[in-house]
Amino acid sequence: MSDPNASMAAAAPETVEKETYLGSELPPAPGKDRSRSLWSDAWRELRSSKIFIISAVLIVFFLIMTFFPQLMTFGKSPTTCDLTLSRQAPSSEAWFGYDNNGCDVYTRTIYGAKASILVGVFATLFTMFLGGFIGVIAGFFGGWVDSILSRVTDIFFAIPLLLGGILVLTSFPSGEDTNLYTEVAKVVLALGILGWTSMTRIMRSSVIQVRNADFVQAARALGAKNSRIIKQHVVPNSLAPLIVLATISLGGYIGAEATLSFLGLGLQPPVISWGTMINDAQPYIRVAPFMLFFPALFLSIAVLSFIMLGDAVREALDPKLR
Amino acid sequence: MGRYTIRRLLQMIPVIIGTTFLIYAMVWALPGDPFAGKCGDKPCPATYIAEMNEKFNLQDPLPIQYGKYLVNLLQGNFGESFSGRPVWDEIAQAFPVTFRLALIAIVIEIIIGIGAGILAALNRGGFLDNLVLISTLIVISIPVFVIGFLAQFTFGIKLGWFPPTVGPDATVYELILPAFVLASLSLAYVARLMRGNLTENLRADYVRTATSKGLSRRRVIGRHAVRNSLIPVVTFIGADFGALLGGAIVTEGIFNIRGIGGLLYLSIRTREGATVVGVVTVLVLVFLLVNLLVDILYGAIDPRIRYE
Repeated sequence: MSDPNASMAAAAPETVEKETYLGSELPPAPGKDRSRSLWSDAWRELRSSKIFIISAVLIVFFLIMTFFPQLMTFGKSPTTCDLTLSRQAPSSEAWFGYDNNGCDVYTRTIYGAKASILVGVFATLFTMFLGGFIGVIAGFFGGWVDSILSRVTDIFFAIPLLLGGILVLTSFPSGEDTNLYTEVAKVVLALGILGWTSMTRIMRSSVIQVRNADFVQAARALGAKNSRIIKQHVVPNSLAPLIVLATISLGGYIGAEATLSFLGLGLQPPVISWGTMINDAQPYIRVAPFMLFFPALFLSIAVLSFIMLGDAVREALDPKLR
Repeated sequence: MGRYTIRRLLQMIPVIIGTTFLIYAMVWALPGDPFAGKCGDKPCPATYIAEMNEKFNLQDPLPIQYGKYLVNLLQGNFGESFSGRPVWDEIAQAFPVTFRLALIAIVIEIIIGIGAGILAALNRGGFLDNLVLISTLIVISIPVFVIGFLAQFTFGIKLGWFPPTVGPDATVYELILPAFVLASLSLAYVARLMRGNLTENLRADYVRTATSKGLSRRRVIGRHAVRNSLIPVVTFIGADFGALLGGAIVTEGIFNIRGIGGLLYLSIRTREGATVVGVVTVLVLVFLLVNLLVDILYGAIDPRIRYE
């Protein structure tokens, strides 16, 4: 692993975000740079990976749904419903049929992407920054700092994500004024409170591997302060496993949000999300299975594309697999 | 080994105290009204709130509240639900059903997961390998509750092979379909893990030695490669117990099983804070104990690991 040059290291935080959720917009590799860094190497590898291209295309598709849903719904609104159409099967008029209130399932599925993707992205960023930060501190300083932080991590780690999310959300019942962003923040918090531990563990172990590397000792011998060593040398060289885990977790968080919403705890109507749509469709599974099928399909494809992206990023970043 | 077990048990004490405190704090100390919705649509009468505050010690500062709760917990008293039923009774009634469900799920996981992993590794790059890789990826991507509904709809309602919901007796036959759903995610991970380990081990030096010694292929794979590849898989199955319990909430909710998960599902829907805390505490304790057990058993499976 070569020591990335200073500009690459300075650009590291932006790189993280982009690689995590905007798979298609990685920074371009510096063209004729002879000593290529790990990141530009990985980017070259990624561009030739089929799995990466497929998942990136799918993710771009979901991002369009998130930010410009009106582009895909032919001007229909998800809140215009006609009760006389209640639970009508899919037809050329409404590709995915109508739900119980006579709303178009296709339109609602497209609009439902927003909440799900937002929860996934923000829960990932939250856990990545919190967990990564604690992991760096524990791994770099070692000793009693590490002991205390690791025990705290153990405690949070012992509570399974879904159970913890249920606990937090049971004590945060939704009030009357449910708007999308407070609902999303609530679910992000519920997932983030317990989700950071795996990020901390992976960051800690990769920092410990780098901590005593020659280039770190050289920097220290040159009189660099701890904060500089961490920022310029340790973090850029130990970030790869965290990014892989974060990409895969993003899919996991989307699934977890849907599960919580399905339990009636996560996002609440009138917020539209795949999880709430599935929850709404649940009582009618015998008479109108399409109401459940389409949001579930979109949800699964979204989770699948982030898991595939994570796989592709791992293959690109892990020199052992080359 | 004995000393190691004792040390691990002692190390568990702070973790148990920490987790129970965390659970307690998350339910009772977060902003939000614990009695919201308990009296229908209108706010609860002041006398009711005062009585409940008294009963659940909500007037005390958090550490004291938690201390009282912990003392009760040590005496086996998990508190009462809002309706006055001891939480422990509800848990004791529900536990055997979930235990049976989880047991069937783990058996499915072991037989199919490990079997599929071995087949894939032995046919590396072939049709079976790709089939296992793709099908596990799909299973990993579909959330458990979607798999649950699909299974219920297809095998329970359309084909009628299995009962779509489980009755109060929860017979083994009724539990097979839910157990498959519960096991599905871990099954996919187990298959992938087994495949990865076995592929790696088949290239290992000791496998080559065993082959050149003249052992049959069956013996080389069965006695040497597979056994060594099983070690991380066993750890995974133990560590994944938490996910299994989490998944049980969803699975039991869908199939209407009256187990721990179903109890939790119902308590959430009816906002029974005390029951939720009690059930989650029990689940977390079971999870910690199973992990400890797996760590200790590690030495028994892998003689290279010695505890000092």
